[in-house]
Amino acid sequence: MPETDSALSTTMTEARRVMEICNACRYCEGFCAVFPAMALHRDFANADLNRLANLCHNCKACYYACQYAPPHPFGVNVPQTFAILRDESYRAYAWPRPLAAAFARNGTVVALTTGLSLALVLILTDSLTAPGILIRAWTGRDAFYRVIPWAAMSGIAAITLLFSMLALTMGGMAFWRESRPDRPVTGRAVLRGLHDALTLKNLGGGGHGCNDRDGAFSTLRRRFHHAMAYGFAACFAATSVAAFEAYVLGLPAPYPWLSAPVILGVVGGAGLLVGTSGLIGLKFTTDPTATAPALLGADLALLALLWFAAATGITLLLFRASAAMGPLLALHLGFILALFIVLPYSKFVHAIYRTLALIAR
Amino acid sequence: MLAAEVETETWDVLVVGGGNAALCAAITAREAGARVVLLEHAPPAFRGGNSRHTRNLRAMHDAPHGVLVDTYGEDEYWDDLLRVTGGATDEHLARMTIRASAAAPAWMTARGVNFQPSLTGTLSLGRTNAFFLGGGKALVNAYFATAERLGVTILYDTEVTSITLDDGFAREVTAVSRGFPLTLRARAVVVASGGFQANAAWMRESWGEAADNFIIRGTPYAQGTVLRDLLGQGVQHVGDATQCHAVAIDARAPKYDGGIVTRLDCVPFSIVVDRDAQRFYDEGEDVWPKRYAIWGRLVAQRPGQIAYSIIDAKAEPLFMPSVFPAIRADTIAELARQLGLNPAALEATVKTYNAAVVPGVFDSSKLDFCRTEGLDPPKTHWARAIDTPPFIGYPLRPGITFTYLGVQVNDRAQVLMQDGRPAANLWASGEIMAGNILGQGYLAGFGMTIGTVFGRLAGEEAARYARN
Ligand SMILES: Cc1cc2nc3c(=O)[nH]c(=O)nc-3n(C[C@H](O)[C@H](O)[C@H](O)COP(=O)(O)OP(=O)(O)OC[C@H]3O[C@@H](n4cnc5c(N)ncnc54)[C@H](O)[C@@H]3O)c2cc1C
Ligand code: SF4
Ligand code: SF4
Repeated sequence: MPETDSALSTTMTEARRVMEICNACRYCEGFCAVFPAMALHRDFANADLNRLANLCHNCKACYYACQYAPPHPFGVNVPQTFAILRDESYRAYAWPRPLAAAFARNGTVVALTTGLSLALVLILTDSLTAPGILIRAWTGRDAFYRVIPWAAMSGIAAITLLFSMLALTMGGMAFWRESRPDRPVTGRAVLRGLHDALTLKNLGGGGHGCNDRDGAFSTLRRRFHHAMAYGFAACFAATSVAAFEAYVLGLPAPYPWLSAPVILGVVGGAGLLVGTSGLIGLKFTTDPTATAPALLGADLALLALLWFAAATGITLLLFRASAAMGPLLALHLGFILALFIVLPYSKFVHAIYRTLALIAR
Repeated sequence: MLAAEVETETWDVLVVGGGNAALCAAITAREAGARVVLLEHAPPAFRGGNSRHTRNLRAMHDAPHGVLVDTYGEDEYWDDLLRVTGGATDEHLARMTIRASAAAPAWMTARGVNFQPSLTGTLSLGRTNAFFLGGGKALVNAYFATAERLGVTILYDTEVTSITLDDGFAREVTAVSRGFPLTLRARAVVVASGGFQANAAWMRESWGEAADNFIIRGTPYAQGTVLRDLLGQGVQHVGDATQCHAVAIDARAPKYDGGIVTRLDCVPFSIVVDRDAQRFYDEGEDVWPKRYAIWGRLVAQRPGQIAYSIIDAKAEPLFMPSVFPAIRADTIAELARQLGLNPAALEATVKTYNAAVVPGVFDSSKLDFCRTEGLDPPKTHWARAIDTPPFIGYPLRPGITFTYLGVQVNDRAQVLMQDGRPAANLWASGEIMAGNILGQGYLAGFGMTIGTVFGRLAGEEAARYARN
């Protein structure tokens, strides 16, 4: 597609221009990992710019601090330029190639996928189970599987999740091939990268907070992101423990309140709800001058999907002994299925590329 | 607050300007309980004058402190100042400033300014200078936020046109606020409106037409309106209007506000020629930081106020490039054509220079005595033949940092009249009075130190006067 190519090169050209100005200035060196990594270069290849863009956490500190920010004729806007370039890099590294198109109008794609997977789960539950089963109060060890047969549930989950893992891995490898440093990567570098990714060290404006909303410093976004990311991890752990208990130990869901999957799920779900709600709120209240408006849809879509997945999960837990359990379960599984499908084709990929960039820097 | 409401008040302290010196004064006065209004000529996007382009301040310290390593005592600081000014300073005011600088970083931190270790490539300043995290604009942002939080009234887009002095007493202040005239009354007035380097007409008075080719490195709002107004009303001046801090910067820089990225550090490793392709000064006289500030004047004195720094591929990795691309060619003649110079003349200059280079052990990090022999002017250090393509050229023009002409003050930051008496209710801080201490030359980070120390002093004294 020649159109996309020229758009790609425009962003790349702008990113190069901006980095050349920053490199002659360097006033922002203390804010984050981007500037020290930048200072190692005199010229910027496309891969360098992709890596630098993926190092940027969009904290906006360097925008408010920039004496060359618009309306200065130099018009330097690092966070906005890098946000657009990051989005383009998601396309460039997507696997399989044709699905890169999912990153164009990503908000719509994520929303549509969610709608379709909800429909799919509802149709499946309806056609695979006998009439009257869906809406009935089921209790006991294998209650869930009365609503949705075990094979269908685990089969679809496994296939989509494995495919997503594969796609994320392929994307990550493509990114790494381009971004890996010339020198060998030490264990220290890996540990430091993981540490910085897990602590969001660089989402802190050099330690004093970010410009979440405006010129004032705040740590809200970082805290919300932590709630969301660790909530997500806890939910993932809950699912893994549950899968282990079900398939290895032969103890199928639902689990009692005081069991590992439920506790992890509740804590994780709560984190997800708080985190995603907060981040969505910030999206709407932030000063838009340093953001990329075209990417708002993609950001919101993933946040909303995570929110719904968490909300339906917790509701399911609360009402699992009632007649609503069937439809709630179908709904929750619909959102989870959507999440599994869109992971490699959504904003989620930033977690992979950011971590790799932090290791490679 | 609307401009009209501002007029009905009698303010305790009125501050002219919106840079470092003005903000330090306004915050200090407000903290002392005064009701303060600050008038800034620039709109919000360009607030902060030259201060928005800075990166550090020089602070005395008798022990490692925060980002400042080792020690930097009063006497060493004073010696440094004495050396760069060649004695054009006032020891009493200077030592007072130096001593007060020790407390500056803590005061700044408490008002929202953050520091970072010295930037890469500036390790030599890590001991003496504290770098602002994010640079001067971050500092200015922090101060404006603090001033707002404390309740300082701020008017942007407001140029003070005159301060009516009546026998050394400031009666009223007239201004133009977003196109409308404004008259304000205040018990005490602090002027912190910077220099006049952006006032082309005034610069032309001293420099003639050459001034038209000067590039102003910082704010276009440094018009010197208030300075001229005060000097016309019996205020005693320091320095003279022909003095300015001028460095050689990339000639492609924008007319104003190009800031730090237009600087070029290639001179010592190059030969510099004028528009006739002739050398005119020893490029290797001393290490660059010490010679940084003479090249602006040298270029200003050449025809057309333009010069060209010529290097070859060997020299390219040795310096920090400007933001503009290097001009490259495979031959000296082709480079000359691209620079708009006479090819034969440049070839002859390079050839003569190359022939005069004496073999030596080149070392970019110190005075290496690699020199020329029998060349006029000579190149006394870092002289190597320019013989390895690609050949590279950068055009140079004078970049004006600030002017030295200012108002005279005493050690309480009070403005002095021509008869030596202090003006009753007028104080000054920052660039507009820096010439009292920094009569010539420059010491990195000292401009912000003067503005911080005298800003606080002026704010304190003005508030005390107004509240009595
Ligand atoms: C590129 C560059 C880099 C520099 N780096 C450093 C550095 O790292 N460290 C250092 O110590 N110094 C540095 N300097 C010097 C430093 O900028 C000055 O010494 C310092 O900023 C002076 O502060 P000030 O508040 O007096 O003036 P300014 O910061 O220039 O502020 C003057 C203010 O007055 C306003 N003003 C002017 N006229 C009027 C009027 N009539 N009415 C109302 N408002 C008016 C202007 O809009 C402006 O806000 C640098 C200068 C430049 C150009
Ligand atoms: S963002 Fe602006 S201030 Fe920061 S390094 Fe880049 S050019 Fe300099
Ligand atoms: S992480 Fe923040 S400071 Fe660093 S480049 Fe991105 S927006 Fe700028």
